[in-house]
Parts: sequence; structure tokens; C-alpha cells
Amino acid sequence: MTTPAIETSGLSRRFGDKRAVDGIDLDVRRGEIFAVLGPNGAGKTTLVRMLATLLRPSGGSARVLGHDIEREAREVRRKISLTGQFASVDEDLTGYENLLLLSRLSGLKGAEAKDRAASLLTAFDLAEAAGKQAKDYSGGMRRKLDISASLIRRPELLFLDEPTTGLDPRSRNQVWDMVRGLAASGTTILLTTQYLEEADQLAGEIAVVDHGRIIARGTSAELKAKVGGGVLQISLASAQRREEAASLLSDMLVGEVRADGHGTGLSVDVSDPDAGLAALGALSAAGITLTGYSLSQPSLDEVFFALTGRPPEPEDTPETEAVQ
Amino acid sequence: MTRPAKPLEQAAQDAVLSAPAIAPQPPHAVSVSLTYAWRALLKIKHMPEQLFDVVVTPIMFTVMFTYLFGGALAGSTGAYLQFLLPGILVQTIVFTSVYTGFTLNTDISKGVFDRFRSLPVWSPGPIAGAMLADIFRFTASGIIVFIIGTAMGYRPEGGFIAVIPALLLMNAFALGFGWIFTALALSVRTPSTVMTLAWLVLMPLTFASNIYVDPATMPGWLQAVVSVNPVSLLVSAIRDIMAGAPDVRAVGLALLAPCLIAAIFGPLTMWLYRRER
Repeated sequence: MTTPAIETSGLSRRFGDKRAVDGIDLDVRRGEIFAVLGPNGAGKTTLVRMLATLLRPSGGSARVLGHDIEREAREVRRKISLTGQFASVDEDLTGYENLLLLSRLSGLKGAEAKDRAASLLTAFDLAEAAGKQAKDYSGGMRRKLDISASLIRRPELLFLDEPTTGLDPRSRNQVWDMVRGLAASGTTILLTTQYLEEADQLAGEIAVVDHGRIIARGTSAELKAKVGGGVLQISLASAQRREEAASLLSDMLVGEVRADGHGTGLSVDVSDPDAGLAALGALSAAGITLTGYSLSQPSLDEVFFALTGRPPEPEDTPETEAVQ
Repeated sequence: MTRPAKPLEQAAQDAVLSAPAIAPQPPHAVSVSLTYAWRALLKIKHMPEQLFDVVVTPIMFTVMFTYLFGGALAGSTGAYLQFLLPGILVQTIVFTSVYTGFTLNTDISKGVFDRFRSLPVWSPGPIAGAMLADIFRFTASGIIVFIIGTAMGYRPEGGFIAVIPALLLMNAFALGFGWIFTALALSVRTPSTVMTLAWLVLMPLTFASNIYVDPATMPGWLQAVVSVNPVSLLVSAIRDIMAGAPDVRAVGLALLAPCLIAAIFGPLTMWLYRRER
């Protein structure tokens, strides 16, 4: 069991002229939650579909749980579960029928299949809706059904393609709890997301993907460190000395000084906490009184901006990346 | 609203830990196909209208043609119905054969298909299952139309028992014929395109046939077309069967086209199906 959960080398996929995935090298350890973070059209879904054996790579290679995704697709399929980007349940069937169908397709028979379907519905609070068609489920219920459909057998590796896109905050929290529970059971999870907060909350390791390439990778803290020490924000006691404070800060720090707040606020990027502290000291020595200050870690939004030179997509845009 | 989050985390963990281990042997192709057939039947249960959709047009035609044109075409509406009904049965089942393709395309455009394809089971399962369910669909829609015809006064000379071999032959025809539409379904993007294109095939096939009128009064070139139309060949065989005088040669001719179609479009469908999407 020492082989990594996922190993890829130069994995690529082209659709016509478009390089959806353009040479991705990944290694995901067993038992971790790995997040692939990127905006719409970055190639996340294409990557997942290749790893889940639904799409053939046009270049490079990949091994999932020690099996080659092209030559040993069947072995891979036995050990993985996929919860696709668009609800991968049959909307015309009831919740119970969906789970019964997948239980039977997973080789459970008769009462065993029925028991498994019923116990999953109960576990995820869907027992009351068991007899309703999935198309009448709320987004959150559908996602819970979708994830439980991936748990009929115990998967060694679970792919979650944008598990919380389009969900309200409460449902999103529920899905996060489920993901944490799955990870606690030892399941390796690869999730894709365009929500920076989601990667930060769940994942041990994050790969930032843009235009089919990994542009940065590491833990949340490492990614933040790559961008710099963070942002120093100060509030002046009086707006009159703002000019003076701003010029002092720009002398001491490399970042551009921005005015915010109501004429009393200033913020500036700092390379490390010590530089920020020194700047605060200089303000104090110059007799400029502050009503407050903070030195914050950069958000992942800022990380993304720093890595790509543009902000990530608005968070409420559903991924429209080509599936074909 | 304030449901604590923790239990769901525990539930997820327990669900995985209590899951049965991965099956040493994935389910057999036959049981996979039967499971997918069961799924297709569940869809008919939840949406019985998809069964009625395909019988409404034939029923409308039966009523309209019998009462409007029957007297003029055959001397009496009763005599015309005796002529028309076997043809309408064929039309119904030929129309129904579009549905495998239609449902296949609908499936593929939904996320659930990705899940099916990521399972370690016999991959043509969904198609095989849909075809098994079609046998039910063909039989049910045939019986509905037959019952309406009987209510209008149709009486098969071969007795009601003749319906059984007629349904068997029509099922065999439709199962072969349906491969055109599965191949079509895998080549176009939307279910409605499948329907539109299918109608372009079905309209001439069913009208330029001997379903509605005896081709004897048609111009020679049209008679030639009608006489080799696979639908006409099937209608002739079905008329014989319903009349209590089944003809082996006619049955053989009727099965020729579906066998050819299955031989060409079957492998084509499987190739399109396996082709990466």
C-alpha cells in the first residue's frame, strides 16, 4: 500500500486545438484530501474524467492506486468512486431506487442491496425523501444522495468534482462535514473546486490549475507564503496625517500603499511580518497615532491574483467547462 | 437550521467503514443488463406518458383514417379497419423503436452516465438493458393499440391468439431496426435532434408503405418503392399472421431488413459508444 493514490506525468488532453489539460504532473498520497483549485475552464473536470477512466489522455500517463488508467482501467474502476460535476444521479428515479440500482450494479444482491440503500438514506438524513424522485430534491439533498451513491462500496479513492458548486452555505457546510468524515475513514479524496475557501478548509494539499497547467502547489500555508507576508492595515486617529503616514510607509516597504476606509485607513502589502512590525514602529516614532492595525495573511484570492495576474472567476458562476 | 454539523461527519465516516468490501467478482453481464432493464422500466413507471406518446399518433390515425376515409377506401369503415389495424400495429412499434435511441441520448447528456461508465461492470450494459426494456415497451404499446382496434370492431380472422406471433415478429423487427436510432443517438448532441431526424426517416417509411392503402392504385414507380419498403414487408407478414395464414417466406422477407440493419448499425453503435466522449 505504499504506491501513491495518484501519480501522473505530463498528463495532457486536447480537444481539437484546445489544450484542456496541458502536461500535469501530480502525486497524491494515500489518505489525504487533495484539492485542484482553478477557475472555469481551467481543465479540472477534464483532469478528473481522465483519472476516472472516462476520457483517454492524448499525452502523458497516469497511475491511479497503482494501476495505469489506460491499460488497467477496469482495476481503477473497481477501486474508485466518482461524484461528477453535474449531479450524477438519475433524476427520474427516487432516491431509494438510485441507491438500489447502484447497489445492484456493485454486485450486491437482493436483501443486501436493499439494506445498503436504506442504511445510506438513513445515515444521510434522506430517509424521508427516499420515495421522492431525485429531480424534486433540493440541491443539497441531491448532493448528499450523489455522495452516498459513491459509498455503496468502500472506495479507496473518491473523486468529487466541484462538490459544492451552486449550494447554499448550509448545504455546503454539510458536504464539507461529509468530506471530512470520509477522510477520517481513510479514504483518499481528490476534489476540484473554484471556491478558494473550500480548498483552504478541506485540503491538506492544493494544486492551483490554470489553462490546463499547475501553476502552484503546496499546502494552503505554503501557497500563501509564496505570495508574501500578507497585508498590513492601519487606521489613523486623524485623517490629517494620512499623507505623512503614507509616505513613511512607502519609504519603508516595497508594496504600494492603498488608501481605504473613510479617509483614515491605509493598507500595504508586506514581504514578511517583521517588515510590517518595523513600519508600525516608525509610525509610532513619528508620533502618528493609530486607532487600530492588523497584519493579515493573504487570502487565497490574493494568492490566485498573484499567481495568474488576474482575479479568479466570481464564486457564483457555475463551471461551464466543456465536457465533450 | 441549527442542526449540528458533527453527526453528518460521523455518518459519512461510519458509512464508509460499514461498507461491504469491493466485490471479488463484479456482477455478470446478464445481471448488469437486467439491472439496467429494471431501471428503464422504473422510468416508464414514473413517466407512463412516454409510453402513451408513442401510441397517441397511431390511435389518432386509426380513428381518423377509419372513419374519414374507410368508407371511401374499402366500401365500409368495418372492412377498412380489418385492413388497416395490422398496419397500424406495425407503425406503432416502428415509432416506438426510436425510444431506445432517444433515452440513450438523454442519458448521455446527464451526469449519471459518467457514474455508470466509471463502474467496473460490462460497459454496454445500459444499451442492452434499454433493449430488454424495449421488449416490454413494444409489447405494451402493441397491446394498447390492439385493444383500441378491438373496441372499434376489429376482429382478427386468425383469432386473438394470432396476436402473440404477430407481437413476436414485430419485436424481432423493432429490435433490429432500433440500432439505426441508437447509432444516431450517439452521433448527435441532443435528444430532440434524435427525434427530429428519426421522424425524417419514419414518415416516408410509414407513408410510402402498404399500411394505409393497397398499393395497386399507385403509380408504377411508387409501387416499386412500396414493395421493397421493409415496413411494407413486415405489414404483409403481419396481415398474413393476423388472418390466420402465416407465410414463412413473408416472415423471412420481413426479417431481412432488421437483420441487415443490426449487422451494420449494431457494430457502429458499439463503436460510437466505446469511442471516448
